[in-house]
Amino acid sequence: MKDAPFRLGTRASAWLLILIFAGILASLLVLSWPSIRGFGVGFLVSSEWNPVTKEFGAWPSIVGTIVCSLIAIVLGTILSFGIAFFITEIAPRRIRGVVARLIELMAGIPSIIYGMWGLFVLVPFMATTVQPWLMKVFAPVPVLNQIFGGAPTGVGLFTAGVVLAIMVTPLVSSVMRDVLATVPASMKEAAYAVSATRWEVIRYVLLPKTKVGLIGAVILGFGRALGETMAVTFVIGNAHALTESLFMPTTTIAASIANEFNEATGTLYRSALMEIGLILFVITFLILLASRLLISLTSRQSG
Amino acid sequence: MSRSLSFGRRAKNSLFYLFSVFTTLFALFFLGAIFWELIRSGFAGLDWSDFTENTPPPMTDGGFLNALVGSLIMTTIAMSLATVVGVLVATFLSEFRKQARLGSVVRFLNDILLSAPSIIIGLFIYALLVVPFGGFSGIAGSIALAIVALPMITRTCEDVLRIVPDQLREAGIALGLKRSTVTLRIIYRSARAGMVTAVLLALGRVAGETAPLLFTALNNSGFSANLFAPMPNLPVMIYQFAMSPYENWKELAWAASLLITVFILALNVFSRVIFRPSTSS
Repeated sequence: MKDAPFRLGTRASAWLLILIFAGILASLLVLSWPSIRGFGVGFLVSSEWNPVTKEFGAWPSIVGTIVCSLIAIVLGTILSFGIAFFITEIAPRRIRGVVARLIELMAGIPSIIYGMWGLFVLVPFMATTVQPWLMKVFAPVPVLNQIFGGAPTGVGLFTAGVVLAIMVTPLVSSVMRDVLATVPASMKEAAYAVSATRWEVIRYVLLPKTKVGLIGAVILGFGRALGETMAVTFVIGNAHALTESLFMPTTTIAASIANEFNEATGTLYRSALMEIGLILFVITFLILLASRLLISLTSRQSG
Repeated sequence: MSRSLSFGRRAKNSLFYLFSVFTTLFALFFLGAIFWELIRSGFAGLDWSDFTENTPPPMTDGGFLNALVGSLIMTTIAMSLATVVGVLVATFLSEFRKQARLGSVVRFLNDILLSAPSIIIGLFIYALLVVPFGGFSGIAGSIALAIVALPMITRTCEDVLRIVPDQLREAGIALGLKRSTVTLRIIYRSARAGMVTAVLLALGRVAGETAPLLFTALNNSGFSANLFAPMPNLPVMIYQFAMSPYENWKELAWAASLLITVFILALNVFSRVIFRPSTSS
């Protein structure tokens, strides 16, 4: 085989990848142009979403996306933190591999199946058990009784956040494990040698050394949660409304697009959906940038 | 440990153990709950007629033969495209390192594509292939899936190619072989298991992808192998049927979900089996 064609093929493929990226950005920009021109910057902060009067604003879906992902990442971080340390430091060697593999399996389940499970199993459970309980607990607390208030519909930000938390846990815990693995064994052994407990080794050796990388893992999970579509679409309720309550139907950017795009009539409606897609793309891009920076800082420190 | 630890230190340590075990069990509990529901509802809906009949109208019997065939067609095309391009990009990144600047740009953009929401890929292909050619099509769905798979294959393949020791490359070049021959005959061969794993993992991810198909392939209630018409597929069928009020549609959605999950699990196990020999050697 000649050298030149093969070289050319690899180089052309590399350029194709660049073109795809540029194409995504360009097509989002072009198709959202009517909306960008029509609504200007006000699009970002307007809460209007009315296909009949052709008034559109991104604010409720932006807020929904961010709040939903925040709930997911708070719950997901707690889970991932425990799991990462369980697998790397605490579990007996024999159990370690099995648990790691099972958690990996969770990452393999498609988003749509999480969504179906959420709709048919978690939503009824939330509506009949978890939400009424939370409402009772927080009823006397001033602000929290608004957040955990309203009607226990089962759908909404809280349920979506829980489903997303389960979905991001495999990713976050596995990046956390990678980050923890960068700490040299000799450092841990030194601490154990002066009779530190496991917790003390984690608290005074592992955490300070890997803090930045662990935060990077959390941000990476946040980015993943932001763009998650199908699972959220099933359980969010799909209503363009700002709600004080986490139990009321609302929407996220990805869920709005999935739910409305095919039914959207008129250029402006589709264009508004394209524009929120563009906003989502930019947000996930910035989040990825931040997480990569933090994770690479850790590996450089210990490298 | 000869000297006993103070109560406080021991308590803190035990508390952390408890926390860590509890969170792990909690996550595994959810995994179990999802599998339980999949098996319970999935098997209830699974039937031989699922594989011989097309998707039915509401409240009548039927199967998902058309959606299964559509998914197989689109996934095959998508994986073929993504494998060829992905392996070539990975080769560019790992073997032809002279263009380091272009390489780092490509690697960076690949990472962005890897973490881009898959629904954005759907919007992109909608703009690129659906709007200009006047309709939803199987080919648009295939290409959308290919773009989802591409960054995964590129990333994993590059990692796998980089593990190949430089001595092999040097040995090949010392024999007077061209760089392309070295890559095709030596590097690919020694990295084969890892590259196959990369493709299988990407396949597992693409098999259940729904969002990129919503505005590209759409769905089709009848049987269609026409790449230039809307193509039926399992994920969008699951989405539409699960959201519907009809019991028979929901049953089919569960059955199809079970099928996809079993397929993905089998892929995971299989890819682990084939990758083992090359990692241990």
